[in-house]
Parts: sequence; C-alpha cells; structure tokens
Amino acid sequence: MSQHANSTVIIDTGCANLSSVRYAFERLSKDVVVSDDHRVIKGATRVVLPGVGTAGAAMASLNNKQLVALIQSLDQPVLGICLGMQMMTEKSTERGERDSSDRTVAEKSACECLGLIPTSITDLDSQGLPLPHMGWNQISPSSHPLFNGIPEDSYLYFVHSYKAPLSEFTIATCEYGERFSAAIAKDNFMGVQFHPEKSAEVGSRILSNFLAMNTQTFNQPLNQTSWQLDRESRA
Amino acid sequence: MLAKRIVPCLDVKDGKVVKGVQFKNHQIVGDIVPLAARYAEEGADELVFYDITASAHNRVIDKSWIRRVAEQIDIPFCVAGGISSIEQAREKLAFGADKISINSPALTDPSLIERLQDEFGRQCIVIGIDSYYDAASDSYKVKQFTGDAAATRDTQWFTQDWVQEVQQRGCGEIVLNVMNQDGVRQGYDLKQLSIVRELCDVPLIASGGAGTMAHFKDVFEIAKVDAALAASVFHQGIIDIQELKRYLRSQHIAIRY
Repeated sequence: MSQHANSTVIIDTGCANLSSVRYAFERLSKDVVVSDDHRVIKGATRVVLPGVGTAGAAMASLNNKQLVALIQSLDQPVLGICLGMQMMTEKSTERGERDSSDRTVAEKSACECLGLIPTSITDLDSQGLPLPHMGWNQISPSSHPLFNGIPEDSYLYFVHSYKAPLSEFTIATCEYGERFSAAIAKDNFMGVQFHPEKSAEVGSRILSNFLAMNTQTFNQPLNQTSWQLDRESRA
Repeated sequence: MLAKRIVPCLDVKDGKVVKGVQFKNHQIVGDIVPLAARYAEEGADELVFYDITASAHNRVIDKSWIRRVAEQIDIPFCVAGGISSIEQAREKLAFGADKISINSPALTDPSLIERLQDEFGRQCIVIGIDSYYDAASDSYKVKQFTGDAAATRDTQWFTQDWVQEVQQRGCGEIVLNVMNQDGVRQGYDLKQLSIVRELCDVPLIASGGAGTMAHFKDVFEIAKVDAALAASVFHQGIIDIQELKRYLRSQHIAIRY
C-alpha cells in the first residue's frame, strides 16, 4: 500500500452520500481518496469522517466495517462533517431510524458513538422554529486553525435536528432557538455541524484550512487548552 | 441568524436546461453546469432542478448531469421530478443531489415518504405540493400530475390536510406551489402561504407568482416562509439575484451576503 505524502482520505462509511464531500475536496486537492481500507486510512495525512443519515445507522456501519477502533487510534487531523461530527462524541440521543426491529430499545437508550470528543449529542431546541434547522446561518468562530481567515458572522449551510451543546470543546457557535456548537474539537479531532462542502467560498476556505493541517499541527504543546471564542469573550 | 433562501428553479430535459436563461450580459441556453455555476456565483442560496424528462415518461434516463452539477457547484441543490421509488431516490443522492423532491408519487402512495425517510433521513426529503384555490368549495386543494397538462387531475386532498399528512410521514421540507398564481407574476399567495405556515413545522418554500422584488419581501415578512423559489423572473433577467439580495437586506430581511 502506497503511503501518500499529502493524502486526504475520506472514510467510506458505507451508508452516507459521500459524493458532495469528495467533490469539494477534489476541487481543492489532487490527492483525495475514498476508502474503508484500514491501511489507507491509517496512512493518510488527514482523514475525513462524513455522514448523512442517522447516528444509529452510521455507527452500525462503522462497527460492521470494524472501523471504530481504527478511527479512535488515529493521530493525524480528523474532520467530522455533520453526522460525522456527532459521531465523534460519546453518545447521541438520535435513534437509528433504519433499526426498525429494535426501535423501542433505540428510542430509550442513546446511541454509543466514537468517544473522541467528550460531549454528547442532544435534540436541538429550536424554540418553535421549523426543524430541521436547514439553510444558511451565521457562525461565531474561535481562533482554532480550522477557522483561519473566517470572519465573525460568516454564513454556512446547516441541515440538522440534533446538536452538540456548548462546552469547553466548542470551537465555533451558531444560534437557532438556542446557541449550540457549530464546531467542536479535541486534540487532532475536530467536527463541524455545518456542511463546508456546500457552503460556497466560506466552506471552501474551511476545507482549505483543514488541508493545510498534518500530524504536526496538533502535536506541538499548545499555550491554550481551549480555543477562544470572540463573541463570548467580548460579552 | 438563519437567512431566508432565494432558490432559482431550472427545468431540465434530457440533461439540458430547457428554457434559455438571460443574465445581465448574455444568455446561456442548454448546458446545466455553467448556468448553475452562474446562479451560485450571483448569490443563489440553493438550486432546484426540475427534471421534466422523467415526470411524463417511464423510460430509463441518463442522470449523470446530476454528478456534473455536484462536482462543480458548492451550494446545495435539490432534484425534483420522476422519483417514485427508493432506488430512483438513491441514484440521485448517490450522484450528489443534496435533496430529492417528491410530488405526484407521494400522492399515489403516501407511504413512499416514510420509506424514503427511513432510508435516507428526513433532511433530504422534500415534498412538493401543487395547490390551487377552489372557488366552488372556497378551499385549497391539491392537484396531481401537473407536469403534463393532459394528465393533471384533482385529488381528494385539501391542502392543509396534505401538509399535515406529509409532515407526519416524515418529510424534511415542503415546497408549496400555488397554481393560481404560477407564471402570472402577481405575487406569492400570501394568504394561503400564511395558513400553511401555521401548520408547517418543517421549513416551507414558497413557489409560484414572483414578479417583483417586493413580492419576495412580502412572502418572507408576511407569510414567514423560509425560502422563496422562482423561475421565470430569474431566467428572463427580470430580477437580478444580487440586486434582489441587496434590496432584501435594505428591507432588514436576513439574507446571506
């Protein structure tokens, strides 16, 4: 198996529609691979965990492909997108809709996720606004390198009904009924709730920021343990 | 703040845009990708491709144009027309469509909505509803097979009932196309859209009747829809999307810029 010097591997989760994420990275980089091969993923410069659908179905697919332990062992930058971000947390209250045989059980118990970022996914409380939260909304980014050059109040495209609450792992916020994490991160793992691949130039800039990262990016001792959020610090 | 969306709708037949589209300086006819790119560049928040090839005929059609759009366009887009099975939906989504819109097939078999939702998640399931004001009964009713004038027929559904039904079955968004207004450019049907908005817990897209920039302002302000879809005013260059968005911002409507 060839080890690419600067490869971005999108994990083939098996149930998600990967095309849009792949096309977006291909517009920015020549070295983009979609794979579920353990060696290819392990050898990547950086890894993308995409996801559309439900947490239950997506985790079942990762388990089937025996990818859970592998993803947990990665030390290169890993970017989760939308459901991919949610899967990075410890658990999600979203039930696996395709798991119809087990629906009542699934409804009662939260879905176990990858546990890469110590927070949990819960229902988005839109305060009566239409759900899913769908469309272009503004984010308040932190100083995290994923948001280099991204101005306050930039518009990103969101589609979701569940959210990561604000926590020490929040690296960008958004508001829809309540303020929630537009992005979260811990060490080399980062996840975005919005779809950068569908967010025009701003999204493309965020993907470019990710493409500039490698294993070294998060292996240097950092002066700060959490990324400063401008809006919160001003308030 | 969540922005109100401006959504141009393009009619596609055999992989080509059917009607010519007039931009400021020149006209583009035919090729989907440059047209879609142009609208994206001008600030369209989302695109809808209405595949009229599919709706009237039952043959196998090349859908690779969806992939070409997805490869090059970095805003969300929805494919409508001729989707009546899980497999047909899967094909569009696999090619890179973000959403699929179902209209007549959902009326024929409402369980299709649940099956699509179970398979793909509600976020990508849009239900299109062709609604008209029936003067005889003083009510709003749903029409089916509007893609083909000869096949168009009334259904037994009152619009409000159908709006609730499709939400219960798991759609993620509703496009309400008000037929009395369609193409006349007299403005969106604010009264009907307001009634439906009250019943609609998912995002609601207004369609039919846009003629002026003020019509967009009204439909966002009064009917409180999440998005406004239009075709001819954009294609014929009557309204420029950039100008429209500048105008709406000046009217204090939340708009992406």
